[in-house]
Amino acid sequence: MLLLTGLTLGALWAQDEAGGAKNPRRATIPPQTEKIDKAIEAGWSDAGIRPSPLEEELKWCRRVYLDVIGRIPSFDEMSVFMKDKSPDRKLNLVRKLLEDDQYTEEYANHWSTIWTNILIGRNGGMEERSLTSRQGMQKYLRDCFANNKPYNTMVHELVTATGASKPGAENFNGATNFLAMKVNDENGVQATAAVSKVFLGLQVQCTQCHNHPFNQWKQQKFWEFNAFFRQTRALRRYVKGTNDIDHIELINEDFAGEGSHPDKAEIYFALRNGVTKVAYPVFVDGTAIGKSGYVSEVNRRNELGNLMMESDFLDKTIVNRMWAHFLGYGFTKPIDDLGPHNPVVSIDLFESLAKDFRQNSYDLKQLIVWITLSKPYALSSKMTKDNESDDPSMGELPKFSHFYTRQMTAEQLYSSLAVATQANRKGNLEEQQRRREDWMRQFIVAFGTDEGDETTTFNGSIPQGLMMFNGELIRAAIALEPGTWLHQLSTGKGTPQEKVQFLFIAGLGRKPRPEELAVATQILVARKGEVGGMLQDMWWAILNSNEFIFNH
Amino acid sequence: MWNRFTTPNGMSRRHFMSHMAGASAMLGTSLSLGHSLRVHADTLKKNQKSCILLWMGGGPSTMDIWDLKPGTDNGGPFKAISTSGDVQISEHMPLMAQQMHNMAIVRSMSTREADHNRGRYYMHTGYVPDANVDYPSYGAVMAHELITQRPDLEIPPFVAVGGASEGPGFLGMSWAPFNVTSNGRVRNLEMSVDSDRLNQRRIALETIENSFISQNRGGVLEDHRKVLGKTFDLLTSKQMEAFQVDKEPTEVKERYGTNGFGQGCLLARRLVEAGVVFVEVDLGGWDNHQNIFRTLENDRLPVLDKAMAALTSDLQERGLLEDTCIVWMGEFSRTPRINGDAGRDHWARAWSVVVGGGGIKGGQAIGATNEDGTEVVGEPYSSEDVMASVCHALGISLETTFTSRNGRPMKIANSGKLIKGLFA
Repeated sequence: MLLLTGLTLGALWAQDEAGGAKNPRRATIPPQTEKIDKAIEAGWSDAGIRPSPLEEELKWCRRVYLDVIGRIPSFDEMSVFMKDKSPDRKLNLVRKLLEDDQYTEEYANHWSTIWTNILIGRNGGMEERSLTSRQGMQKYLRDCFANNKPYNTMVHELVTATGASKPGAENFNGATNFLAMKVNDENGVQATAAVSKVFLGLQVQCTQCHNHPFNQWKQQKFWEFNAFFRQTRALRRYVKGTNDIDHIELINEDFAGEGSHPDKAEIYFALRNGVTKVAYPVFVDGTAIGKSGYVSEVNRRNELGNLMMESDFLDKTIVNRMWAHFLGYGFTKPIDDLGPHNPVVSIDLFESLAKDFRQNSYDLKQLIVWITLSKPYALSSKMTKDNESDDPSMGELPKFSHFYTRQMTAEQLYSSLAVATQANRKGNLEEQQRRREDWMRQFIVAFGTDEGDETTTFNGSIPQGLMMFNGELIRAAIALEPGTWLHQLSTGKGTPQEKVQFLFIAGLGRKPRPEELAVATQILVARKGEVGGMLQDMWWAILNSNEFIFNH
Repeated sequence: MWNRFTTPNGMSRRHFMSHMAGASAMLGTSLSLGHSLRVHADTLKKNQKSCILLWMGGGPSTMDIWDLKPGTDNGGPFKAISTSGDVQISEHMPLMAQQMHNMAIVRSMSTREADHNRGRYYMHTGYVPDANVDYPSYGAVMAHELITQRPDLEIPPFVAVGGASEGPGFLGMSWAPFNVTSNGRVRNLEMSVDSDRLNQRRIALETIENSFISQNRGGVLEDHRKVLGKTFDLLTSKQMEAFQVDKEPTEVKERYGTNGFGQGCLLARRLVEAGVVFVEVDLGGWDNHQNIFRTLENDRLPVLDKAMAALTSDLQERGLLEDTCIVWMGEFSRTPRINGDAGRDHWARAWSVVVGGGGIKGGQAIGATNEDGTEVVGEPYSSEDVMASVCHALGISLETTFTSRNGRPMKIANSGKLIKGLFA
């Protein structure tokens, strides 16, 4: 990493602030982005609010790195961005992160992490006698994102997967891990709930037992959807000569039904008043498929996958998820509940973006370009008098009139430190990912249910505070031993002030303020002039600050 | 929509940066982290109320524990035994049977949430999940209301042992549960620098932190600062010894049970003694869709019985039970009908919670279920009612309100009512 040459980065700012980037040629804006800007702007005037000013472009650059590849930009990367004087430098950066080979792995890792957590949870694969191979899930997802597999294809594969869960096993298919632990117990109730929620934005888990007053789904529909999963089993394959599970094989087998007519394989469920009803596979839109339980006649999961491909819930759910990823809130709250009982922000824009996404072959990278170049994504997170009321954390529907400040995820923190300090970068990406997962485990707290529900203490509470103060990761990030990044900085050329400036730019993407430089000077006195110690203290403070840990 | 600062007790304490006006004043003044030196031993005040929630994750079958129906189709194999109170409970709870004079069973719980996440949220907050308002859980509410009773408390007032509990909702992250494992181990407590240098780092941090907060980028940043303050407090506090459950004599540890829940309950007692307002101890594994009776008899009930009985009797012997409310509950219960896998599924319509201490009249059952356990007979009670009753036991007024930003007052415990007969 270039060190002291970067100390002249300040000069780049001066130029930028003087309007260096304001080239008379207009920036290229995709039509979908224009559509976003127009619709969101209309929402502002309807609500009688005004947007915050645009954020400084270097801060925007930090956002894009965090959201697109899961970490803050390095000093060098910031310099390169600032040196691009084209009116399209924002587009250029997003394209580079999405298309340049040097970022393929990081992009794929970032999104596979996000999707692993969505599909099997943060703890998936780490349960006692787990049927899930976390590595298998990640490998499948990494391949999807590295190859920019169309989203609909990925969903179809996840819903219909058969094969072995673990990499290296014969007939390996990592996509099987999504359903591996959701089909054997309770007649596949969990597969039913997860597939409908994650991919269709339909919350059906309550309707398993009763008709829900606020949900258009009835109990009948739940079991009709459940019927699609009744041919599916996860077969345990053991480590030779032991009772330990090596992996599972997800298969489709003939389903005899709960009566005795495999050619009309029905299931039964009980209403709360005790009346027993019957259900066959019927999709949410009312489309019924053949009733046969024989896989050779009707492969129920394949039928389901095909029906899902036609559903506009598929398009809306992913657009909502991606929007919320970049803008902090979705068009609905929560993002995976698109039922008619739930209010939608900018519904025309939402539906139109969903159509555009389908028409553009479910290309996630295009969707990312549309959103990241949009005006709401470029706004400052500083609220003004004219938009303070736009605060979704207080229960308001989001208007996107300023960027919503949010904390980095634990994964983003880990990767950001790796890039800012070069720590934890030993080994290949898979080893790095495993180390990160080991580190992540300290934050996971499970609830005692069969469904493996869990939460994280990396949520801004005290355990996170203690980790940031004293944890191993931070100790490594501020280590001063020869060979470390901080050692290099402290022994290199430049004045102590320039070095502090470097720290602020590397961590926060801005120069230090006078009062911050003053603190550094006083700490240098307290360290008896030892620059390394002072840099250590300042770097510790920067990493622990809100400005570092929040995406803003 | 919520104004976070309108409760009677207020909440401003230890804004750790407020007494440090500027960086220039910093070196040499050697900021006092030393307020921690005051020892807790004699600060236990008469009126200091606490609560211990024994959370049974997964939804325990209360008709196999507290409200048996022996001899009926739904009853299962367990027998009922007499207790030190005027109630009968499961034969697999023999130690608790000797403590029932301290506990009341509310047998007429009737709720609507039979999904784990929804049920957990509802039973912890008194509210059903709402995408637009994030409600605070028991621990956050109680800590928030009772913190002024313990001006010397330096460790978090809300501790969750061996489980996640539920969050602080609109009260903000500074009221979040402090999560520890049941052995009381707190990670990352060891500092790499001495306290002088920590102070200097703290001032540098404060300087960066404050200028960012002043930029009006959202309330989460203020919460971040408060949590930092609490983290600094705890780093240097002698009260952290309360977490060292290992220091208890072997005999005591064994009496609670040498398993996670047993040690967690012992830890809860130590924390309450140290002045912690609210401790939640989690025992999972109640989601018994299969083989329920074997699991209960051989595994869950012995663990529960031992720990809960030891905790209750210890608190009583130490004179703490009058001021400490014990609450036992899960997110719901299980179907009276036994399913094809010898298990029971989710059932929220008719079930039991157990409460005691804090002036609650023990030895009694309140309400009842019908013969097959499927319905409540008489007045049904809700999560709101349990929460209101616990608030009352802790001396928190049920008139306490939180005020929304648009001026709408919300009563504590979602306007729940006192459960009749719990208080003499």
